Amino acid sequence: MNPETLSVVDLHVTVEGKPILKGVNLTIRRGEIHALMGPNGSGKTTLGLAIMGHPRYEVTRGRIELDGEDITHLEPHERARRGLFIAFQRPVAIPGVRLADFLRHAVSNVRNPHRKEGEELIPMREFRKELKEKMDLLRMDADFARRYVNDGFSGGEMKRAEILQMAMLRPKFAILDETDSGLDVDAVRLASQSIAEIGGRQMGLLIITHHERLLEHNPPDVTHVLLGGRIVETGGRELADRLHREGYDQLREKYPEAAAEEAALAGETKK
Amino acid sequence: MAEKVDVIGEIRKYDFRVDERYVFKARKGLDREIVAEISAMKNEPEWMRDFRLKALEVFESRPTPTWGGKIDVDFQDIYYYIKPTDRQGHSWDELPEEIKQTFDRLGIPEAEKKFLAGVKAQYESEVVYGSLREDLAKRGVVFVDMDTAVREYPDLVREYFSTVIPPTDNKFAALNSAVWSGGSFIYVPPGVNVEFPLQAYFRINAAQMGQFERTLIIVDEGASCHYVEGCTAPMYSSESLHAAVVEVIAKRGARVRYTTIQNWANNIYNLVTKRAVAYRDALVEWVDGNLGSRLTMKYPAVYMLEPGARAEILSVAFASKGQHQDAGAKVVHAAPYTSSRIVSKSISKSGGRSSYRGLVKIERGAKRSKSNVVCDALILDPQSRSDTYPYIELEEQDVMIGHEASVSKIGEEQLFYLCSRGLTEAEASTMIVAGFIEPLVKELPMEYAVEMNRLIALQMEGSVG
Repeated sequence: MNPETLSVVDLHVTVEGKPILKGVNLTIRRGEIHALMGPNGSGKTTLGLAIMGHPRYEVTRGRIELDGEDITHLEPHERARRGLFIAFQRPVAIPGVRLADFLRHAVSNVRNPHRKEGEELIPMREFRKELKEKMDLLRMDADFARRYVNDGFSGGEMKRAEILQMAMLRPKFAILDETDSGLDVDAVRLASQSIAEIGGRQMGLLIITHHERLLEHNPPDVTHVLLGGRIVETGGRELADRLHREGYDQLREKYPEAAAEEAALAGETKK
Repeated sequence: MAEKVDVIGEIRKYDFRVDERYVFKARKGLDREIVAEISAMKNEPEWMRDFRLKALEVFESRPTPTWGGKIDVDFQDIYYYIKPTDRQGHSWDELPEEIKQTFDRLGIPEAEKKFLAGVKAQYESEVVYGSLREDLAKRGVVFVDMDTAVREYPDLVREYFSTVIPPTDNKFAALNSAVWSGGSFIYVPPGVNVEFPLQAYFRINAAQMGQFERTLIIVDEGASCHYVEGCTAPMYSSESLHAAVVEVIAKRGARVRYTTIQNWANNIYNLVTKRAVAYRDALVEWVDGNLGSRLTMKYPAVYMLEPGARAEILSVAFASKGQHQDAGAKVVHAAPYTSSRIVSKSISKSGGRSSYRGLVKIERGAKRSKSNVVCDALILDPQSRSDTYPYIELEEQDVMIGHEASVSKIGEEQLFYLCSRGLTEAEASTMIVAGFIEPLVKELPMEYAVEMNRLIALQMEGSVG
C-alpha cells in the first residue's frame, strides 16, 4: 500500500439504521486535492463524518485506510492523532472553553500521539508564538483566541476558526465540509486563499463544496460526484467546472438508479 | 482550563490519614454530660455553657428534616470532641509532626507564604495553627479562632454571636450551637480593607468524627475582606458529620466575600448553615463550591436589612457516584432598593444527584428591589439526576424579579468535535465541564481557580474518595 494515502474501500454507512453510503471507493494521495460534489442529501457530509469516526455513522461494510493501516474501528481522537482532520460545516459551540486553551490541548495531543491525559502540554511560549504567526497569516485579531470556541461566532468567524485549527494541527489529510456555506462571496474567496496559504497543497484535501470559488485557489486534481450514496463519476477539474455550469440533472438522467435512490432517501428525510 | 496534574497522586493528596495522637478524645455520643465536658475543657464562661445546653435541648426536640437529602446518621455513634494538641502554634514547626505533615501535604504553608494575609488551620475540633500579617493586626484586624475570641473579645462575641443564626433556626444549627468548637472569628475595623484573602483550612483525620466549627465575621463600616475556606478528610468506611454555622455581619458600606471550596470525603454529611446580614449599601458575596461529601445541604443566605444592600451568590455543585449535592441560596430583601443575584451551576455524573434549592423573598415595603436567579445544570449520563426547587415569596409588587433555569446534557456533537481534534473522550468531557463552570471560576482568585479546576478534573476521573 502507498504509505501516503487516505483510502475508502467499498464503504457502506448507515445513520440510525438508514443506509446512506452504499459502496464508496476513493483514494487520495498526499499532495492531491479532491473535490467532492453532489446534490444535497447525496451523502457528502456522511462520508466526511464517517471518515473522521463520528459515533452516529455506522460502517456496516467496507473500510477506511490511512497510510495502509485500517482505521475503520479507531476512535476519533486516534484518527486525529494519525493526521486526519475535518473542518466542520456547522462547528458546535463549546461555551466557557477558550479557543487557545482548546487548541493547545489539541496540538499537544496531535503532535505527541502517545500523550496521555494529564501529561505535559506543549510549552506555552512556543504555542503562543506559533498561534500568533498563524493568526497573523489568516489576518485574525489576537483577541479571537481568547473567545469561547464557536460561541457566538458569525458564520465567517466559525469557518476561519476551523481553518486556523487546521493550520495549527497540520494534518496529513483534511476534509473540508462545505467550508463555503453561509459565507458571502468575499468571505469564500478569503477562505479559499487561506486554505492555500496554510499549506493545503502539502496535505491531501477532500473539499466538499457547491461553489467553484472555494476551489479557486485550490484547483482539484480529481473531482468525484456522489449521487444516492455512490460515486457515479470521477474526473478532473473540468468535471467540477461542468457541474458548476450545468447542475446535476444530466447526471440524474445518466444514472437513473442512483437518482431513484436519491429521491427515495430525500423522501424519507422529509418524513 | 488549568493544566492537568498527576491524578492518582492528587487523589492521594487528600485521602491519607495519620496516627491519632490526641491529648483528649471525648467518648462517643451526645448528651448533657458531653456538652458540659466540652465547655469545661474550654474553660468557658457560664453564659456560653448555658447557651450550649439550651441548644442541645432544641436539637433533641427537633426531628431530622425529611426534605432535601436522606440523612442517615446515628448521632450517638459519633465523636463530638477531639482535642489534637495542647496549644495553638504560631509557626508550623510548633505543631506535632503528623499534623504539620498533614498541612504540608495539603499545601497550606506554601499558600500562606505566597498570597494569604492570614491562616487558621483546624484539625479535628481545634484550630491548631493561626497567623495574621502583622500590619493587619496593627490596624486592628482580628483573626483568631472562635474559642480564643470568647476569651479575648468577650464583648464583641456576646454582642453578635448567634444573632444571625439562633439555635432554633434548624436542627443542625442547634447541634452546632451545643457542641461547637473551633472556627474563625474575624473583626475588620471601620474603613480597613484587607486586600489579601484570609484563609481557614478544615481537616478531619479521625474516623466517625464530627466537626462543628463556628465562624463569626464582623466587617465594620466601609471595611472589606475576603475569607476563604477549604476542607478535606480521608475516606473511611463509616459516616462522619460536619455541621458548621457561619454568621457574617456586613455593616454600612462593607464588602465581604466568603469563598468555600468543599472537598470532603464522600462519606461525610455536610449540613451547614451560612447566613449574612447586610446593612446600608453593603455587599455580601458567597462563592460556594461543593465537590465532596456524601450529602451536602447548604444554602448560603443574605438578609438585606437596609436600603442599597446587595447580595451575590455563586454556587457550583458537582455530584458524582454516591453523592447528593442539595445546594443553593437564600436571599431576603427586607428593605427597599436592595438587589441580589444568584448564579448556580451544577454537574451530575455517574449516578450523582444535584439539586438547586433557592429562596428569593421580598418583604413588604422592599420597593424597587431587584433579584435575578440563573441556574444551569449539566447532566453527564443517563444515570445522573438534577432537580431545581426555586421558591419565590413576594410581598411587594414594585420589584424586578428574574429567573432562568436550564438543564443540558453533554452533547454527542460537542464530544465529537473535541475528539476530532485529538482529545480523548475523558479529556473532552473534562474540558466541557470546565467550560460550563468557567463563568464562576473566573470570579475566583487565580490560585483558587486552579484548585477548582483541579478538583473538577479529579471528579471527572470518578475515582475520588
